[in-house]
Amino acid sequence: MSYILNTPDDQQAMLAAIGVASIEELFAQVPAELRLRRPLDLPPALDEMELTAHMAELAGQNVAAGQKICFLGGGSYDHFIPAVVDYVAGRGEFYTSYTPYQPEASQGNLQVFFEYQTLITQLTGMDVSNASMYDGGSAAAEAVLMCIAATGRRGSVVVPENLHPEYRQTIATYLSNLDVRLHTVATPDGTTGAELLARSIGDDTACVVIQQPNFFGCVEDLQSLVQAAHERGAMVVAAVDPISLGLLRRPGEFGVDIVVAEGQSLGTPMQFGGPYLGIMACSEKFVRRMPGRIAGQTVDRRGNRCWVLTLQTREQHIRREKATSNICTNQGLFALRATVYLAALGPQGLRETAEACLRKANYARGRLTQTGRLSAAFDAPVFKEFVVRDGDRGVQSLVADALQAGFFAGVPLGGWYPRLSDCLLVTVTEKRTRREIDALANCVSQPNRRQEMVDA
Amino acid sequence: MRNTLATQLLFELSKPGRRDVRLPKSDVPEVAIDELLPAGAIAAAPPPLPELAETQIVRHFLNLSTQNMSVDTHFYPLGSCTMKYNPKRNERLANLPGMADLHPYQPEETLQGMLELLYAMQQILAEIAGLDAVSLQPAAGAHGEFTALMVAAAYFRDRGERRTKVLTPDSSHGTNPASAAMAGFETVTVKSDSSGCVDLADLRTKLDGQTAVFMITNPNTLGLFDRQVRTIADEVHSHGGLIYLDGANMNAILGIARPGDFGADLMHFNPHKTFSGPHGGGGPGAGPIAVRAMLEPYLPSPVVVKVAENINEQANTKPSKNGDGAECHDCYRLAYDRPKSIGRVRSFMGNVGVLVRAYCYIRTYGPAGLRAVSENAVLSANYLLARVKHILPVPHGDRCLHEFVATAARLKAERGVSAMDLAKRLLDYGFHAPTVYFPLTVRESMMIEPTETESKETLDAFAETLSRIVEESPELLHDAPHTTAISRPDEVAAARNPVLHWSPAGAKP
Repeated sequence: MSYILNTPDDQQAMLAAIGVASIEELFAQVPAELRLRRPLDLPPALDEMELTAHMAELAGQNVAAGQKICFLGGGSYDHFIPAVVDYVAGRGEFYTSYTPYQPEASQGNLQVFFEYQTLITQLTGMDVSNASMYDGGSAAAEAVLMCIAATGRRGSVVVPENLHPEYRQTIATYLSNLDVRLHTVATPDGTTGAELLARSIGDDTACVVIQQPNFFGCVEDLQSLVQAAHERGAMVVAAVDPISLGLLRRPGEFGVDIVVAEGQSLGTPMQFGGPYLGIMACSEKFVRRMPGRIAGQTVDRRGNRCWVLTLQTREQHIRREKATSNICTNQGLFALRATVYLAALGPQGLRETAEACLRKANYARGRLTQTGRLSAAFDAPVFKEFVVRDGDRGVQSLVADALQAGFFAGVPLGGWYPRLSDCLLVTVTEKRTRREIDALANCVSQPNRRQEMVDA
Repeated sequence: MRNTLATQLLFELSKPGRRDVRLPKSDVPEVAIDELLPAGAIAAAPPPLPELAETQIVRHFLNLSTQNMSVDTHFYPLGSCTMKYNPKRNERLANLPGMADLHPYQPEETLQGMLELLYAMQQILAEIAGLDAVSLQPAAGAHGEFTALMVAAAYFRDRGERRTKVLTPDSSHGTNPASAAMAGFETVTVKSDSSGCVDLADLRTKLDGQTAVFMITNPNTLGLFDRQVRTIADEVHSHGGLIYLDGANMNAILGIARPGDFGADLMHFNPHKTFSGPHGGGGPGAGPIAVRAMLEPYLPSPVVVKVAENINEQANTKPSKNGDGAECHDCYRLAYDRPKSIGRVRSFMGNVGVLVRAYCYIRTYGPAGLRAVSENAVLSANYLLARVKHILPVPHGDRCLHEFVATAARLKAERGVSAMDLAKRLLDYGFHAPTVYFPLTVRESMMIEPTETESKETLDAFAETLSRIVEESPELLHDAPHTTAISRPDEVAAARNPVLHWSPAGAKP
């Protein structure tokens, strides 16, 4: 049997040592009337060759992003992953270990978490980072809960419409049993208006959540939004694109209280939406309200520098019903990937990546809006994605035609924003080439002519 | 002399001007940055990340990796965490481009294989649970607890009931009361009786019309199956409440007993435990939940559904025959239009990569094999119990399911040796320590879970080592471990004076 080591002789010897005649006897404490009296109704067992063939067949019914030219984004990105990331993360000593309950047996992981936390503070300009959360959306929701606890304001949480719709949905779920209202501010121009935001903030508003660049790809005036919120006593959570921080001013410089991010961009494959890496960093004064694992530096009994999990009095296994959050783990393996990724890129590599995204996205916006069919939905500056409006036959057919021609052209927005039902969110990472962008532009203007470069 | 480079931080190895990754020269016009972005948004300099070469990075992390114990390198009997072997085939298959290189917003017709797999997982988990419907979205076990409690809250709200309390046993995982608090419930603790199971009398005094959910771990954290579970469920149901099963210990009962059959209305799975996903240094896991039919409308959105569709509309799916003989396709869709859904609990689909590995594991075993997994996990645990009980008392009996809890209380009283001392000394002998000081209901506890993927020889070696350790001098044990790179870190100092990131000044203590 696949991963069961003991032979029938071993099993007999073990049963004899226990003093029972059969394995069945070991289950005596499970009352007979509660037992399942038939085999589970599951598909039959497969050996490794059969399973490999079966999985290859399933995988073959999907179209991998790399088989098309991928302009999809909206929170999950086709960024380049250096080989060194897979190599390090593929070490069994990392990926088959667990939460460092015994620091002496886990210094590798603990030091990685400490390095990860340092890199995140360097990236965001914030005072402290935890050792990661599940993903960007749930990290945003946890940050909102932190703000409610820190301010004691339980009336409302304010979000602009251009915050990722799935972040907004996640926040709404987390608030739904707490009687806190989620107030959504309209963003007709793509970006958040400071005055409109200010008018939505009441004396009982715990926080606003600003996305930078926002879901439409537009760059927000973070400074004026932070000011508008702080003047009214509300905290600010900034949800950022970590790649953009190679180029944009860090949120810490604008005085935001908590930074969250989807860290998938930092060396994690897209894998159909997860597992991903939730990033969370905050000001020093909120550290004891921050959920999740935190690694801290200390010394051992011999005076050597070392690392432990710390500030655990905040956590579920000690405070139980008073815990600030129920999170009992982190995304250790993806924190490791982000650590290796950021170490491999360094300041210059990250800057060049961000610049490439910026220039290629702007080039693509120019090319796509020259087609006659598409126009830019918003005027604001964009970083690596942008919204185009289809003045022609509708977004669904554009996406379908482009797929036929070899492109994942973008994410239609109508499902989330009825007024943008003729709009498409197009993303351009550093991996897209000028030739690919030009080919997409040609495809959009001549949707029925297959692109030779794609078929070749 | 030891090479001190191995103990340095990335930041201390950094040298201005070193590079690893370089980007290709731009093939689009090199427009000036300040023509594309407002001046106030642009950073004067890139973030102060370390500057390193790839050789340094590889050496640094591989040296760090050797300071971890892991399932690939060591026996890791960490009770309640189910540290079983992580099959390599699952890693390879989950990393196929057709599995790992998929964007969550690709058109559904380009995802039919993935959606078929996820649909199958919903069916498989429902069958193992003995329940009706599954959500794959929650990102971890505790996230599944929270999600299920939100589902319960929505169910009661929809029925016009306002129930405020969640009951949890004192032996439960700390995540249970924390999840309840997070979901907006008041948590009430129910005591354990002398046998380690739920104290029925105490439960009865705490049950009332305000009780939304009773959360039970069964088999419980002592490795015991609570025989009263049906009675408990009947009592809770008679007050209109729901039973939640913490599925952390499902490795003990696969194919043997199903939570839905013994009264649970909702539960979560820990695929990284039960179905062998690697624990990744603390994640990722996943936390799918299964629920009874009346709770299905409230599950997070989206869920995967199977629909039959005309062959002409789809060119990318397998044909099959439908009831009236016309050729059609099994076609899979993501259903978002669920008006009673609690919404979503994270962005995108869930921890799909973990679920793909779990699917591979379940398909490797099949129905009889999964049952054999639990049988052998229980055999391993009872064999180790039989050997350990002569070394350390096991307060709750001669039998267990997947794990058992021994106590060092007498050793502590008589010789001043604590459970933690034993745990640390085990590291010297090349064994990861069991869980110590949990559950809270046993003093000086050591919770030991060997799993089915360890051999009799390993279990014998562990027991013999433990037997040797309890005879060692208290002084030796207090200072253990002796062979690891560091020993007995000062955790009080770490918490009192937190140093949570490296900085150029004061990096060295």
